[in-house]
Amino acid sequence: MRFQFKTGYDDDMGLFRDPVQRRWYGGLLAAVVLLPLVVPAYLTDISLVFIYGLCGLSLMVLAGYTGLVSLGHAAFLGIGAYAHVYFLQDLGLPWVAAVALAAAISAAVGVLVGLPALRMTGVYLTIATLAFALIIQEVFTRWEPVTHGLKGRPVDKPVIFGVSFASDGAFYFLCLAVLVGGLWLTANVLRAPTGRAWVAIRDSEIAAQSMGVHLARYKTMAFAYSAGLMGAAGALFAHKIGFLAPDIFSVLLSIQFLLMVVVGGLGSLHGAVYGAAFVAMLPVLISEARDLVPAWVGQAAAVLGKDAGAAAYLAVERFVKQPGLEPGIFGLILVLFILFEPLGIYGRWRKVQVFFSTFPLYKRATFRRQKTYMRSERLR
Amino acid sequence: MTFFAVDELVVNFGGIRAVDGVSFAVAAGQVFTIIGPNGAGKTTIFNLISRIYDPSHGRLLFRDEDITTVPPHEIARRGIARTFQNIELFEHATVLQNLLLGRHAHARPHLLQELLFLPRVRARERAHREAAEKVIDFLDLQAYRDSLVVNLPYGVRKVVEMGRALCTEPTLLLLDEPSSGLSVEETADMAFWIQDIRELLGITVLMVEHDMSLVSAVSDRVLALNYGRALASGTAREVQEHPDVIKAYLGG
Repeated sequence: MRFQFKTGYDDDMGLFRDPVQRRWYGGLLAAVVLLPLVVPAYLTDISLVFIYGLCGLSLMVLAGYTGLVSLGHAAFLGIGAYAHVYFLQDLGLPWVAAVALAAAISAAVGVLVGLPALRMTGVYLTIATLAFALIIQEVFTRWEPVTHGLKGRPVDKPVIFGVSFASDGAFYFLCLAVLVGGLWLTANVLRAPTGRAWVAIRDSEIAAQSMGVHLARYKTMAFAYSAGLMGAAGALFAHKIGFLAPDIFSVLLSIQFLLMVVVGGLGSLHGAVYGAAFVAMLPVLISEARDLVPAWVGQAAAVLGKDAGAAAYLAVERFVKQPGLEPGIFGLILVLFILFEPLGIYGRWRKVQVFFSTFPLYKRATFRRQKTYMRSERLR
Repeated sequence: MTFFAVDELVVNFGGIRAVDGVSFAVAAGQVFTIIGPNGAGKTTIFNLISRIYDPSHGRLLFRDEDITTVPPHEIARRGIARTFQNIELFEHATVLQNLLLGRHAHARPHLLQELLFLPRVRARERAHREAAEKVIDFLDLQAYRDSLVVNLPYGVRKVVEMGRALCTEPTLLLLDEPSSGLSVEETADMAFWIQDIRELLGITVLMVEHDMSLVSAVSDRVLALNYGRALASGTAREVQEHPDVIKAYLGG
């Protein structure tokens, strides 16, 4: 156990709980900066984790903090990506201006989507965002002067103020910088009145309203902020994949983003990043496992004899080369999470932390919550 | 000058007339209680005052201003705060965060400044915290400051909700059944706090309450309702002894 001696209101206002936590995050940042030296082969995959981290952050603000679940966030990613490429390559704007404009346009579209969404709650809002995503995908297909339609359009490597970020290493640091910036901005908003108003809307709209929260304004703001972050992520995403086509920004991608925030843990910024790491790295792990696991099993079974080893190798290889394996494992993990860890990876992480900090006094009941039945007569 | 008055208030839900021409006036510094059997329209009147429902007819007057068409989020800014019958706290936030949200009516949020957490945002946060700490001291909530609301017992939640309402620095406080679900000791504490709120903070209290001992202990005036109509008003004793009130409660 460590005790924190608070001596002023600012102690509760900082981004980090105490100096120890700040040092841990400093260490984490140093580790991430040094990571390219350790695993140079995986830099593009980890860059995708950072980009997805931004996407997770965006949806976390909307779904995890404001309680508005969107199934159309891939559309904002697409708007950001196409807008960025249009400004950068067709209009020849500088990179930073193109990203800022892409985020602004995405945010503006977010406001437009948010306005009708103010009258809808829960699953109806989710359906509306889904419809919006389908419409936007159609726009990507039809608006050929800008998007080049189904032919798709190639994306150049980023060049910022004359510095090329074409190499995997440079792009890695670019994505890392944008993610850290996004995390910082979001953490700032969440510790200020606007963030509190969002959380209030999530937990009880009627009480938020009675405390003076203008529901329409704050929901629209949440939509705009979320869409803006998604737009910035879209710009990086465009460079990452190098080629834009409408079918990339499908509903499936939106579902993946939702998966990220649920698996990571709704209502925490950590969760957004954990979820992104999970969604972006799982395919990599599965493809690695496809190559390695049959050989391992074969070697292990070879103890029983050469024929057994070869048979085991073939059997396992046939299993792991199944085409549907990746979505299958994805689905299985999701089901397991919802059954056993509704608070996501972040919830599990908190439990591990508490286990070590209170060792050997950890008790499971710490995280068990009583069901309460007080909201029988909620006003709707 | 009328501090707060309700004038010929009517609201229809479909074919049901939930509030039927109720008028009353609350003087500044009073504790005014509305009593009545279940379904009498007490909470509906509260929801009309906090502008969650639109009245079909009638007017709400607060400090000589007509607030009948003021949007609901403006009500807190004008100095009316409320609690809810079924506790509407922000459950996945700490007590402190709940109280700070109560300061929202006084916050002037500016997204760009907040994104960068500029010094002026920090200074305002300190001021809000100071105000919230005063309420924490007033209601003895120090021990619960950093606990999540979901983990708190019912009685404490009730106090936290009152604290959140006090954080808006109201001049009129609406308490919807402050003692419901509380133990005898907690109800006694509640009576003290209601008196303190009136005498130390100078806040006028309008409450809905069933517990007649609490009502008689703190109320200056009582209004009895049944089926959306006013039956009687006066001191607690006068209303309790009024034949129509006895009839409404006991039948016959």
